[in-house]
Amino acid sequence: MSWPILSVVTFLPLVGVLFILSVRGDDAVALRNIRWMALWTTLVTFLLSLLIWVNFDNSNAGFQFLETHDWLGGYAGYKMGVDGISMPFVILTTLLMPICILASWHITSRVREYMIAFLVLETLMVGVFTSLDLFLFYVFFEAGLIPMFLIIGVWGGPRRVYASFKFFLYTLLGSVLMLLAMIYMYWQHGSGDIVALLAKPGFSPEAQKWLWLAFFASFAVKLPMWPVHTWLPDAHVEAPTAGSVILAAILLKMGGYGFLRFSLPMFPDASLYFQNFVYALSIVAIVYTSLVALMQEDMKKLIAYSSVAHMGFVTMGIFAMTRQAIDGAIFQMISHGFVSAALFLCVGVVYDRMHTREIAAYGGLVNRMPLYAAVFMLFTMANVGLPGTSGFVGEFLSLLGTFKANSWVAFLATLGVILSACYALWLYRRVIFGKLEKASLAHIVDMTPRELATLGPLAVLTVFFGVYPGPILDIFGTTVANLLKSVETAAATAQHLAIASLQ
Amino acid sequence: MQFLQHAQAMVALPEMVLAGLAMALLMFGVFRRDDANDAVTIGALVALAAAAVLVMTGSDGKGFGEAFINDSFARVMKLFTLFGSAVAVVLSVHFLKREKSARFEYPVLVLLATTGMMMMISANSLIALYMGLELQSLALYVVAAFNRDSARSSEAGLKYFVLGALSSGMLLYGASLIYGFTGTVSFTGIAQAIATNGAGIGVIFGIVFVIAGLAFKVSAVPFHMWTPDVYEGAPTPITAFFASAPKLAAMALFTRVMMQPFAAATAEWQQVLVFISIASMALGAFAAIGQTNIKRLLAYSSIGHMGYVLLGLAAGTLEGVRGVAIYMMIYLITTLGSFACVIAMRRQGRQVEEIADLAGLARTDRGLAFVLAMLMFSLAGIPPLAGFFAKLFIFLAAVKTGLFILAIIGVVTSVVGAYYYLRIVKLMYFDEPAEAFDPMDGEVKLVAYAAGAFTLLFVLIANPLLNLALTAAQAFAAP
Repeated sequence: MSWPILSVVTFLPLVGVLFILSVRGDDAVALRNIRWMALWTTLVTFLLSLLIWVNFDNSNAGFQFLETHDWLGGYAGYKMGVDGISMPFVILTTLLMPICILASWHITSRVREYMIAFLVLETLMVGVFTSLDLFLFYVFFEAGLIPMFLIIGVWGGPRRVYASFKFFLYTLLGSVLMLLAMIYMYWQHGSGDIVALLAKPGFSPEAQKWLWLAFFASFAVKLPMWPVHTWLPDAHVEAPTAGSVILAAILLKMGGYGFLRFSLPMFPDASLYFQNFVYALSIVAIVYTSLVALMQEDMKKLIAYSSVAHMGFVTMGIFAMTRQAIDGAIFQMISHGFVSAALFLCVGVVYDRMHTREIAAYGGLVNRMPLYAAVFMLFTMANVGLPGTSGFVGEFLSLLGTFKANSWVAFLATLGVILSACYALWLYRRVIFGKLEKASLAHIVDMTPRELATLGPLAVLTVFFGVYPGPILDIFGTTVANLLKSVETAAATAQHLAIASLQ
Repeated sequence: MQFLQHAQAMVALPEMVLAGLAMALLMFGVFRRDDANDAVTIGALVALAAAAVLVMTGSDGKGFGEAFINDSFARVMKLFTLFGSAVAVVLSVHFLKREKSARFEYPVLVLLATTGMMMMISANSLIALYMGLELQSLALYVVAAFNRDSARSSEAGLKYFVLGALSSGMLLYGASLIYGFTGTVSFTGIAQAIATNGAGIGVIFGIVFVIAGLAFKVSAVPFHMWTPDVYEGAPTPITAFFASAPKLAAMALFTRVMMQPFAAATAEWQQVLVFISIASMALGAFAAIGQTNIKRLLAYSSIGHMGYVLLGLAAGTLEGVRGVAIYMMIYLITTLGSFACVIAMRRQGRQVEEIADLAGLARTDRGLAFVLAMLMFSLAGIPPLAGFFAKLFIFLAAVKTGLFILAIIGVVTSVVGAYYYLRIVKLMYFDEPAEAFDPMDGEVKLVAYAAGAFTLLFVLIANPLLNLALTAAQAFAAP
């Protein structure tokens, strides 16, 4: 590629922001123009990002489409590039953005600011996955808080202020410790270049533990892992539908991506050292938050807790450190990107009609909304992990890989699969099936074409990649194999050193 | 002329020009009386610009028997001081007229204070240090009480004067101890004396007293008590002045004193700085939470920010000095922008200062709300805004020196501090709008928007500014 495709994809949404700013007035025509501009910007960004996939070399384990420029007076570089792990997330982000814009078509208050916030957020999210410099990564990672804070706080529900503050401060506290760790790594290594750090991390086992913990503080909050997940249900419930979609589908994945990009390859000894710790937290997340999800009265909250449980599979898979487990974890993240996004959109569909998310307020929707019932059914099944949906592939692979590493952990985690069927199917039964008794639901109408347009692509992808996961698995296969090789080498060296010191 | 040549006085040309012009403007004002305001203001801006040009074109060197030094650090800091003073003068034009307290003395006093600041920055002996400091302080005492019909303003001036005199006394006492134990007032001489004889108990006592005096000037805990009252009491453009240029000059002086004469005693003063840095960061973060007046809030915020700067200085390295220089540049601009926004808070011709008055500003004035939100996020240190990079370079220096605990306390207090900055954003964006503010004056709008643009676009223009800070820090490289 002779032109900097990654920078273009990353910053193209900002060009859309400039266009939106140039629209004058607040009348209906202006608002329509703003919506269309946002949609076109995200669509063009998505199409451009597909070029990355087309030109991506699956057999190359290193970084591709590299760009390097000077920045911050030599202290940091503007370095961009993607490998098999980050590339799928770039596409996932650009894919979901047009869907989010479309799902926000009915927003009427402060449309201009709303669209700008989402476009800025897109730039920052893509930047997280494409940046290859510690400080550049941190800037993107942390800057995303600002638009998300505004999205929750301005367009959110009744407890939006509480939720937005909790989201912001929780995530910030985790991240600042990571910043200090990055600074330490910078001085130890002499540069913040992630490629160089990956090639030769060379941190002493003692330092690794501290660094690992600092990164863990940030990613565990972001992912989120039990017990630092409590911001997520609040943020999800209060955020507008598109905000919940972005949170669940992309922002959470930054945590998992961070583990794969930093914790595992750069601190392999510490990752081994803390393996059981992560297992324990993952199991608690899978089992406990599934039980919590069972008890929820609020649809969004239920899905939020189910997200925490599903992310438990991700952390478990990543730190099982076997090929299948990590493949499964990445696939699970991508699949969860489709499924949780779709579930929040499904909740949004009925919320827009009834303005309540309480499960008890619904029932018997299948009578009036057959199409909706079918779509919701598909995604509920995908959430449960039914074979034939993408949810199955991720969960199955991560369980398979974990079983190789630690069969007890895999056994306990499988409980979560059963529990996820419990809460998901029960939710579905209470909302969709039964008699349509509530008077308020008597005139509810089925999905509009616009809503179908948001859910349709996700349904296709969920089924397609559930049946044929190959195209996605191929993207990161080589990279994961390479990642594991470096982890194993480091572990072997550490063992060797430990033995040598004993003799 | 021969004397001037002998004393190598040309290194102080900008200061002399500035002082001369201040005097000339004073006379002009006295003779022209009431209609002199605008002319004196323009004259003051011209004088500041002229001084800036002279600073840029001047040469490095020492003058007045090594009592006065001009190096890259001094020049960079002087430029920013002049810039801060000029912006403060600009901000005051319409405000003071409206409050019916516009007098031609104000620009003149600002010029004199600025002369003092430039002398502080260039001080290379204890005597020069004290002279610069007092010239600056005396002008500032008067400025603080400028709105003499207001009880709060007079109280602010008096409080500042009494506490300032106390701190000057401490500084003098420390200076005399140092002179007594090293036998010289020259910074170069003191550095040599400490390097050869070590820092004895007398010298350490002296250092501690000097630090106490300087900590007062930069309003670091535990010498911060005057700050909220003075910030609140003084007319807002004057508060903007207080919060910007004098802080920068005092911090520059602080840096020079620590890095040059006391360089050999780093281990001793480091402990003191670590303590006041932690105390300032913590107090700035926690005490601001309960504030309802935005000027008081910004006062506590500035105390916290001084804690971060001192964290960089405590590192005692060139990286630290570079961090201090960057932080002060960004702090200067963000502060001026924030106070410009406060000046814009005016309803039906009356200034309002409660934080609650900002409610729903995003609906009534999108531009101002956006600018203030960016400034608040910047002060909170959220990337990609300028304030983040200020903190980044401070922490880079602290971690390199191994001040891990201090750095961790720093980042944690920054999260606490983020809470109250977010509260302002919340008021503006989440809450229902109150009555709209009056239209902004042109110059206030310009300053606010320019500061907002600076914080937002700092990522793009970082390189030249960082290089400037690097040049400044090079002044302290071992020869």
